[in-house]
Amino acid sequence: MASPSDSPVRASLFATCIIDQLYPEVGESAVRVLRRLGAELDFPEAQTCCGQPAFNSGFWSEAKPLARRFLETFSGGNRYIVIPSGSCASMVRVFYQELFHDELALLGKAQALAPRVYEFSEFVVDVLGATERVAQAAKAPGRSKATYHEACHLRRELGAKTQARKLLKALPGVELVEMEQSEVCCGFGGTFAVKYADISGAMLQDKVKYIKATGADTVVACDSSCLMHIGGGLDKQGVNVRPLHLAQVLDQAMG
Amino acid sequence: MEPKTKQFNQGAALAIRDEKAQKSLLGLYHGFHAARLRAADATPNWEELRDHARAIKAHTVEHLDYYLAQVEANVAKAGGKVFFAADAAEANKYVVDLAKARGVKVVIKSKSMVSEEMGLNHQFEAAGIEPVETDLGEYVIQLAEETPYHIVAPAIHKSRQDVSELFHRKLGSAPTDKITDLGREARRQLRQKFIQADMGITGANFVVAETGTVVIVTNEGNGRMCTSMPRIHVAITGMEKLVPSMKDLGTFLRLLIRSATGQRITSYVTAVTGPRRSNDEDGPEEFHLVIVDNGRSRLLANPELRESLYCIRCGACLNACPVYRKVGGHAYGWVYPGPIGAIVSPVLTGLGDAKDLPYASSLCGACREACPVRINIPRMLLVLRRELTEGTAYPGQRRVALAERMAMRGYRMAFQGRMFLGLATATGRVVQRPLVRKGRIRRMPPPLSGWTRYRTFPALPKHSFRSRWKRGL
Ligand code: SF4
Repeated sequence: MASPSDSPVRASLFATCIIDQLYPEVGESAVRVLRRLGAELDFPEAQTCCGQPAFNSGFWSEAKPLARRFLETFSGGNRYIVIPSGSCASMVRVFYQELFHDELALLGKAQALAPRVYEFSEFVVDVLGATERVAQAAKAPGRSKATYHEACHLRRELGAKTQARKLLKALPGVELVEMEQSEVCCGFGGTFAVKYADISGAMLQDKVKYIKATGADTVVACDSSCLMHIGGGLDKQGVNVRPLHLAQVLDQAMG
Repeated sequence: MEPKTKQFNQGAALAIRDEKAQKSLLGLYHGFHAARLRAADATPNWEELRDHARAIKAHTVEHLDYYLAQVEANVAKAGGKVFFAADAAEANKYVVDLAKARGVKVVIKSKSMVSEEMGLNHQFEAAGIEPVETDLGEYVIQLAEETPYHIVAPAIHKSRQDVSELFHRKLGSAPTDKITDLGREARRQLRQKFIQADMGITGANFVVAETGTVVIVTNEGNGRMCTSMPRIHVAITGMEKLVPSMKDLGTFLRLLIRSATGQRITSYVTAVTGPRRSNDEDGPEEFHLVIVDNGRSRLLANPELRESLYCIRCGACLNACPVYRKVGGHAYGWVYPGPIGAIVSPVLTGLGDAKDLPYASSLCGACREACPVRINIPRMLLVLRRELTEGTAYPGQRRVALAERMAMRGYRMAFQGRMFLGLATATGRVVQRPLVRKGRIRRMPPPLSGWTRYRTFPALPKHSFRSRWKRGL
């Protein structure tokens, strides 16, 4: 664990393709928050996508070149790898070992890299040990009522069930109101949302209903993909709740 | 049972629009699912219990040949007979021939998913023998001429009004909205059958290898009557239901019951070893155990899918699954619905026709989280998807559509070469222009129209994160 007096914790940021392409502001928030908490960041230029969309759809041979590219880009050195997405972090930390289960050299690389990989909220709480410091830095005025959606891979693949809530509760300006079924999938699931749109849509309707019922003005999650889905549903139904990544909430609070 | 796995989408659409079905499916979350969580919470060492059970199952399945032989020997020692059926047809023939040879006219049945696989009731009917389901849920399903909706609660989709109407129509009983009246009517009907029947058929929740004991777990007690009243008791089970010893049985009973209904113990746990002995006052004269393969060898042979045989059919993964809770039990088109059904059905009935089953999942992992034996269902869904797109393990599988293939290739190429991605994004920014209103895209052409039916989409921003980083953050 690092405190401000230690030498800075060094980490490489993997921005994820969805943040890079669609939600650059989330990446910016993550950078500001992590730096304010004393992390020294770099951004390996060669990064693209972790390969999860192909892997999840059964196209392992299309996923492999992307996973190999990731391993090549991030394998050198001993920096932490921070990923502001539970899902992409799961792909790298957990599923690369499935993808390469029968390719020993790459499997070894994936195994060696896995312990360095942290999702954003895990990194802030478990590596930086910064919950207290977040609370102290969170001086921004204004009150917001937020509800938290527990993203599936963050909870069930990474087992990170407490970190994000801990941080939200540390913010004096944020009142956390739990929604019903916060641990239930919002229905995104990548191509599932398009191929089985009606099933996915029915799951989303429930999520929107439960969010609405809390009276919150903000819905927070640690995955921009879930937020794209939930936010898209809120917008479609004209529900006035802001979808925000945890990094954005921390950034605003500490601003 | 004839698989209808091909019609997944039609079945799903029906269920999603069916308000009554949606209500009972939501009830599973607040009912069985919540009860399981409470029961697990109240059980010391719950997580260790799960690990232990998984280890026992792994061991048993790895040494299945040994334990199957042990069961056969011990059932024989107790005076019973084991028949190994390679498929449904063999199992049906054995059971129906036996009934015919013994002059059986009425058969009473306790819940048996394997007999559903076999379509046994139809075979009996074709032979002029009357099969009567005595599990209340199964009885309702049989009267309604449907298939089970849920592994543990087969008629969960039926309200008491539905059942009242059904009884009125089929049995002529007076309409009622009292569950006790319905229960009484069913009991009145079934009593006759219990007395008439010469054969009782049960499933087996577990078969204990060291003793040759068949164990069934019920809440109604009719299952026990099926094992004790008729002259002949036939237990039918899948070959994966073995546990080595009585000690192991304790572990599994604790897990099964808590995971299925949240109870600590069911009203009845019945253990049967062979037929009546010479000094027993009653019990069946004959005992047969039919152990069915029916495609399970294919699961056993595949190391990536083998753990599906650890399943104890508790139904917890169904209750936990947000997709099952939308599409219901009939959409899956075969005996086993829900997450475990999405693994087992395709391999047992043919992957080609069942290609929707592995794909109709958001891979949220709720099933694995719920499963008492920690079966990694999402991992196996991924394996089946891989088989459907690029595998060769299963004959007759249909390949995923060319358009999807091309899309995936395009995606891979875009993200493999940075330059190509830049080009694609630049093109995207131009192409999206006519679609964007206030930063959102509200309508997209097929196949992406599936997205915009329920959500809007964010427009591509002017600058990527990468370019913002480069300019300095
Ligand atoms: S897969 Fe696991 S949770 Fe599902 S029915 Fe089988 S044992 Fe129960």
